[in-house]
Amino acid sequence: MSSGIVSAAYIGAAVLFILSLGGLSNQESAKRAVWYGILGMAIAVFVTIFGPGVYNIFLILTAILVGSYAGYFISGKVQMTEMPQLVAALHSFVGLAAVFIGLNAEMMLNSIITLRDSGLQMNSSELTGFGEKLWQKDSIEIGILKAEVFLGIFIGAITFTGSIVAFGKLAGKLDGAPKKLKGGHYLNAMSLFACLILGWMYLDGAGIWSMIIVTIISGFIGWHLIMGIGGADMPVVVSMLNSYSGWAAAAIGFTLGNDLLIVTGALVGSSGAILSYIMCKAMNRSFISVILGGFGGKTGPQMVVDGEQVSIDVDGVASALNDANSVVIIPGYGMAVAQAQQSVSALVGKLRDKNIKVRFAIHPVAGRLPGHMNVLLAEAKVPYDIVLEMDEINEDFPNTDVVIVIGSNDIVNPAAQDDPNSPIAGMPVLECWKARQVFVSKRGQGTGYSGIENPLFYKENTRMLYGDAKVSIDALLPKID
Amino acid sequence: MKVGAPKEVCLGELRVAMTPSSAVQIQKLGHECIIETGAGLSAGFDDKAYKEAGVKVLKSATALWKASDIVIKVRDPIKAEQKFFKDSQTLISFFNPGGNEELLKLAAKKGINVVAMEMVPRISRAQKMDALSSMANIAGYRAVIEAGNNFGRFFTGQITAAGKIPPAKVLVVGAGVAGLAAIGTATSLGAIVRAFDVRPEVAEQIESLGAEFLFLDFDNNQSGVATGGYASPSSPEFREKQLNLFLKQAPDIDIVITTALIPNHEAPELWTREMVERMKPGSVIIDLAAEKGGNCKLTVVDERIVTDNGVIIVGYTDFPSRMANQASTLYSTNIRHMISDLTPNKDGIIVHDMEDDVLRGATVTYNRKITYPPPPPKLAAIAAPKINKSTKPLSRAEERALNDKAFKTATKLQIGLLCVGGLLMLGLGAVAPESFMQHFIVFVLACFIGFQVIWKVSHALHTPLMAVTNAISGIVILGALLQVGSSNFLVLFLSTISILIASINIVGGFLVTRRMLAMFQKS
Repeated sequence: MSSGIVSAAYIGAAVLFILSLGGLSNQESAKRAVWYGILGMAIAVFVTIFGPGVYNIFLILTAILVGSYAGYFISGKVQMTEMPQLVAALHSFVGLAAVFIGLNAEMMLNSIITLRDSGLQMNSSELTGFGEKLWQKDSIEIGILKAEVFLGIFIGAITFTGSIVAFGKLAGKLDGAPKKLKGGHYLNAMSLFACLILGWMYLDGAGIWSMIIVTIISGFIGWHLIMGIGGADMPVVVSMLNSYSGWAAAAIGFTLGNDLLIVTGALVGSSGAILSYIMCKAMNRSFISVILGGFGGKTGPQMVVDGEQVSIDVDGVASALNDANSVVIIPGYGMAVAQAQQSVSALVGKLRDKNIKVRFAIHPVAGRLPGHMNVLLAEAKVPYDIVLEMDEINEDFPNTDVVIVIGSNDIVNPAAQDDPNSPIAGMPVLECWKARQVFVSKRGQGTGYSGIENPLFYKENTRMLYGDAKVSIDALLPKID
Repeated sequence: MKVGAPKEVCLGELRVAMTPSSAVQIQKLGHECIIETGAGLSAGFDDKAYKEAGVKVLKSATALWKASDIVIKVRDPIKAEQKFFKDSQTLISFFNPGGNEELLKLAAKKGINVVAMEMVPRISRAQKMDALSSMANIAGYRAVIEAGNNFGRFFTGQITAAGKIPPAKVLVVGAGVAGLAAIGTATSLGAIVRAFDVRPEVAEQIESLGAEFLFLDFDNNQSGVATGGYASPSSPEFREKQLNLFLKQAPDIDIVITTALIPNHEAPELWTREMVERMKPGSVIIDLAAEKGGNCKLTVVDERIVTDNGVIIVGYTDFPSRMANQASTLYSTNIRHMISDLTPNKDGIIVHDMEDDVLRGATVTYNRKITYPPPPPKLAAIAAPKINKSTKPLSRAEERALNDKAFKTATKLQIGLLCVGGLLMLGLGAVAPESFMQHFIVFVLACFIGFQVIWKVSHALHTPLMAVTNAISGIVILGALLQVGSSNFLVLFLSTISILIASINIVGGFLVTRRMLAMFQKS
């Protein structure tokens, strides 16, 4: 295959990737969009393998087959509630691959320069596609190449360790609470500075050892950065890591002089950045304060909540539901933990059969991944046209008879509006307390992930239904008639 | 100790402070109960019933006052009774300490400890002893019944073979306990009920009872609430608006029940002569504030009068007494709770704890000292209402100005960013070689496309978006593919690993996305 055909195929693949992302604007076109992405990827990989300058095809095919089977196996087995950790784990692969490719580039650069300097002709030595490009580079281009290698390795290593920590936190293998080493951000800043110095030394001619140290130090930054961010901020973290993996791919693309890599990396990088921005806006927090961990500065004592949480049993909830005309359900991470989406779906089906208007209200940061709740509800076959966003449903609460809050906390916290000293002050929340009656299904009396007291639980029209969400909803089901 | 209830001597007072059932409860606290003969007769309890409940019946008031350590009464003691006061006796009764200074002094001098039932603070814990509320409840109910008695028509509207009957229209002024009781009674009889109160936050309570809250459009930050949830006097401007509102209502209304009282003030005049003149003949006004001067100035205390235009004005002050049995039951329960608070150990020994908010508030003389007025309670009766920020809707011009301003800042920001970005590009272009800049163009354009495309992605599809971008970031496989041919073993090894893990990423990512998207379905 000539390099002209390869370039043409790359253009086609780039267009298909763009269509694939653009197609996600609604549920129906999204089903088509994923095929565009698959097709684009297939074309790109195929023409690269059979294009000029690629050898060891047997090895490549073996690696691809083994990898594909592993991917197929994982994707078939994973539960929808485990989606966040899966995405985080996959990000770490991209980061690791980027680090390896960067190191390879440096090693090849070395050997090729030695070859060139020994006076051989390019055609007489068997070179890979990448090797040929290296051969033709002059000294300025080699300088730029080294900078690109540095960036690729740096971002790749941060993505790798960061994703592993995010995976650990999301999968519950690591404690979700934010943790920092002594020195906190100074440590990060100093590590960053050390990386820059090493990068400079590398440009100046230091050998591959400098890059290996950069890998280790930036790996530490990734680990320390994500360790310092609490579990509730994970939606932002995951999409941020998504963005990083894209930038790492783009940096590698520059190193290899491959436009398709650059385009795809930039697409992924910018999409992750925008997603993070959307998440932060939904929490009314600056991106910086999320990345630096913990909540923004507190300005004074929080409002003291007095009163008591009044509990209710399943029968009470059932009779209120039987009498209701309109019901809104607000799911949160607790529903995902309890795997209660199927039970909730069954409840919705029963209520809808009684001609009760049932809708779901989804806060942009509900769950541990952007759009987490939508996926879970879709899995449980809840039709997506009754699943509404915060802005669409907030003004309907005063006309709602019953609101059921299942395992969400901060996103229904009225303190965000009432208490200027609350850590979540100003965050847009679902105003469910305006409904006639609110039931909160919750495991116990403790505060949520962010550790903030929620005045909603003390309101007059709020009743607490303690216990595991799935058990509670299952107990509720036979009582709806 | 001995708890004694004398017969009420005040004319027309039919209530009694102790009923047989409350006596049983008081005895459980370790006290002995005594009663003057015939004390409960007018409320429907004869001596026999008391005897059966274990109460000792004494022949005369003198004997009773002499025998009792605690005297429980309804009305404040008149001259004849004051002679019976003895040292360190406890008196629990309505006492009117605000308007009864002489009696207060006498009680202190004689050394009796007076617990005034109307002084019980309005906090949740003390609700069970809040006799004012329980009496007001009765008054509100009875006011409607009294109105119906004097009103010549049905409350409820009916369409019968003999013609159509319009429903009665009732206006309740003041939605305190009495007002709310009146609203509840009138609505349940089928009348159309409107209600007004200076405290806008009671609107909800009014509406919850099925009445219409007459909304007064008045921009005041001080709502008419004083401590304890009682009303406070309103400003002249407010009053004027309020009177205008009533004036408009007057011709339409059949029954007016006024209950507006302000603690330690004469009742405000709310229903003027002009309003009475505008009402239809046969209309009824029940003035529950008659005792304090009346909300209507034509009211004559304790009498029913008919004005020249045929409006009936009822100024009775003894509504609770008119339902003596019910009133006695409730009042004696309030008293019983008070005694129970005074006997914390249930051993028949009074512990008059002046540190207790409720007891301190209600006690007006103690240890020969006047302890009235009490200090403000430590607990506020009702949580201070939040002051809502007034979000006035913007006028169109303001809105446009705001939009213009936002547009200008956005433009400035964008131009600034473009300038900075342009300069950076120029600087980069000055040093970087041609081959790099070509790739860079591609990179920047791809970023822009990414930005444009992602904004359109729907919220619900953010997880599939992450999965699919994750899958296509597996494109790094291309880098490894281009390197795998190297003769260096280490490079070969690392790039093979990269191909392997990138393939996991690609296949896993796409398949999971497909799985997710297939689940989304329309209803």
